[in-house]
Amino acid sequence: MLSRTADHLYWMARYIERAENMARVLDVTYNMSLVPNAAESEAALWVTALEICGSVDAYQRDYFKQEEDEYTAAGVIHYLAMDMNNPSSIYNSLRSARENAHAVRVAMTSETWENINVLWLEFNQFIDQDLAKHGLREFCDWVKARSHLFRGVCFGTMLRDDAFSFVRLGTFLERADNTARLLDVKYHLLLPEQEEIGGAVDYYEWSAVLRSVSAFQAYQKIYSDTIEPWRVAELLVLRRDMPRSLHACFDEITLILEQLSGNRQTECKRLAGELHAKLRFGKMRGIFQDGLHEFLDDFVKANNQLGAEIHKSFFSIATS
Amino acid sequence: MKNSTLSFFDEMQLNLAGGENKASVREIYAAYNVWLKGVPHHQLDSKRQEAELLFRRVGITFNVYGDNDGAERLIPFDVVPRILAAKEWSLLSAGAIQRVRALNMFLHDIYHSQEIIQAGIVPASILANSQYRPEMFGVDVPNQIYAHIAGIDLVRTSESQFYVLEDNLRTPSGVSYMLEDRKMMMRLFPELFRRYSIAPVDHYPQVLLKNLRAVAQTGVAEPTVVVLTPGAYNSAYFEHAFLAQQMGVELVEGPDLFVRNNAVYMRTTQGPQKVDVIYRRVDDDYLDPLVFNADSMLGVPGLLSVYRNGGVTLANAVGTGVADDKATYIHVPAMIKFYLDETPLLENVPTYELSKADDLAYTLAHLAELVVKEVQGSGGYGMLVGPAASKQELADFKLRIIANPANYIAQPTLALSTCPTLVEQGIAPRHVDLRPFVLSGETVTLVPGALCRVAMKEGSLVVNSSQGGGTKDTWVLQESLAETREPSAIVEPNIEEVAVC
Repeated sequence: MLSRTADHLYWMARYIERAENMARVLDVTYNMSLVPNAAESEAALWVTALEICGSVDAYQRDYFKQEEDEYTAAGVIHYLAMDMNNPSSIYNSLRSARENAHAVRVAMTSETWENINVLWLEFNQFIDQDLAKHGLREFCDWVKARSHLFRGVCFGTMLRDDAFSFVRLGTFLERADNTARLLDVKYHLLLPEQEEIGGAVDYYEWSAVLRSVSAFQAYQKIYSDTIEPWRVAELLVLRRDMPRSLHACFDEITLILEQLSGNRQTECKRLAGELHAKLRFGKMRGIFQDGLHEFLDDFVKANNQLGAEIHKSFFSIATS
Repeated sequence: MKNSTLSFFDEMQLNLAGGENKASVREIYAAYNVWLKGVPHHQLDSKRQEAELLFRRVGITFNVYGDNDGAERLIPFDVVPRILAAKEWSLLSAGAIQRVRALNMFLHDIYHSQEIIQAGIVPASILANSQYRPEMFGVDVPNQIYAHIAGIDLVRTSESQFYVLEDNLRTPSGVSYMLEDRKMMMRLFPELFRRYSIAPVDHYPQVLLKNLRAVAQTGVAEPTVVVLTPGAYNSAYFEHAFLAQQMGVELVEGPDLFVRNNAVYMRTTQGPQKVDVIYRRVDDDYLDPLVFNADSMLGVPGLLSVYRNGGVTLANAVGTGVADDKATYIHVPAMIKFYLDETPLLENVPTYELSKADDLAYTLAHLAELVVKEVQGSGGYGMLVGPAASKQELADFKLRIIANPANYIAQPTLALSTCPTLVEQGIAPRHVDLRPFVLSGETVTLVPGALCRVAMKEGSLVVNSSQGGGTKDTWVLQESLAETREPSAIVEPNIEEVAVC
């Protein structure tokens, strides 16, 4: 298929997934702000949402006008959801998804295209709404539901060809990145000095982390025990049956890159295989010994590198 | 209002003043008229709104340049169809085919031996027309077809009088509206399609693909066809995407293509893939920055050189603009006689050539009644509509004509026919034109349908979408069935039909 088409499809899926994850972060942060006696101040709580997205500096630049300015719920919500100047706001992610889709509407089924087009038309109803005051939950639910719908319509209507593979590739690459960032920031924050934990606040905070990746029920089902941070990490990194875990994402990514590469020996296929092996054969004990933060940090970098290699292998093949 | 429209031929009612009199409704509209009377205005209007919503969902919209809030525009869609009898259609289609055959022969001739100039039928000054492409001289194109897709703009002034307003031989657009309007009508009013026997049009993309494959260079067994678009911000992008999708071919942009070893390739995820036929919706000037507009980002460097060497087919060919220029238009009837030895089936609008002294004198004396157009131009710039112009505008234009008479032609203001159209106040007559699309390649054909454009503003004769024009579905009735279905059978449900459903 056309390289440009593949490129657009891949980014369309990445942007939808990015919007969904952003909505999850907003949703769970908002929920945590409602828990009484939370150890953190409001400002400390909302800054984590920015940390997950790597937007602390940009936020300070755009929103801090005076010395005494603090992180506020209203500011962060607006920045992450609607700010047109924030390249990774939900607004910009969905807009970019729709623009990518529009550029290659030929390459997808009409149901898929219409789904994204309607998503964008519906989005307009939220644009002038003050989400920090009311309607944030509904908005986040709407974003998540549209994202589920997007994957469903792709899965249910698209021919199982390269176009479909590039859409899926974009979804899982973005998801792996997002899960790794979320876990990294939360683990860092909730376990500042590897101290013993316990008590209601910890329970709420860790359950919120789990809920943000739709893993709360899965945790209960698998471990049927109190929420232990190292198990949360295990669930989100190594469990292949947990659909938002790094392992599950790389099960898909390696398979897709095998198919797309065919007989070609592509660097992206090799790199994905290497990362996959770490997740497949790695043990939580080893990861903790070397440091979870280091592991996740390396992972996010390698995942970015993989994105660059995918670009070289498929979207900008040298022609002479 | 009724008085002002009295002198216009209406597609549905012969005489609007007696419009309530059933006998005056044209026969082909009789059944529709019965149906229409039973449908209240608000119901029609809610159908129109439904259509608008669906067009927006599907993204049958166009971008407005510089508009970055994502608001895309819709071309208004009218729910009242334009109906053509089988007999009317057979004349129009035969006339359009005849015209396109002659125009293709003219294009081949003008870029080869130029016999028509030697015969004194078309003046040699045509070679100085800015649309004449010297780069095409001596270039052989497959099947000697230049205008693979031609849109012939027709207007009607009476029951029996149709005129060709202009030929569109470059990158004519609008066919997607012919197809989407039909789909919409079938969705909104399925009952009408059961009552009328309407010739289907949705095979157009298949006919187009067949013709495009037929003009690949000889020796290419399985030609790869692509549609070349200027991109998602072009006003006709929806159509480009739609046609590519319907034909099952790639929709490419200039940067997706590159030239190597006298061939054109597209960049794919598996490496370069050769392209044989390019249905291009990019104007000549932007096709190849090495030859034409050097700043063009839309084209493919080196494309023209491959094209001239026969390494790829372009549809339409480069240089077709010389045949649809207004300076050439006046010679088309003579062309038909010269190349085909046939009598033209469709007439040109009577046209005054202002390079001729008599025509010039007449035009200057009757400027307020005429439409004056610039040759070598398209899109309505440098045009004067006499009856609508102020005294000052008339005086200014007069000076421009006198300064360079050969740059203009003049035509009488045509009494374009009207067609009932849903407007705010209800159903009212609005002026319409008709653009059927003639396809050439393997054979010269057209599907039984057309883009019907309608001026939504009362009294307006301008149907262009840029000026608020809308579109209508065009129904070509099928003869054999139309005869057997009496209007009376329409009111009472037919038992067999009900059983089938």
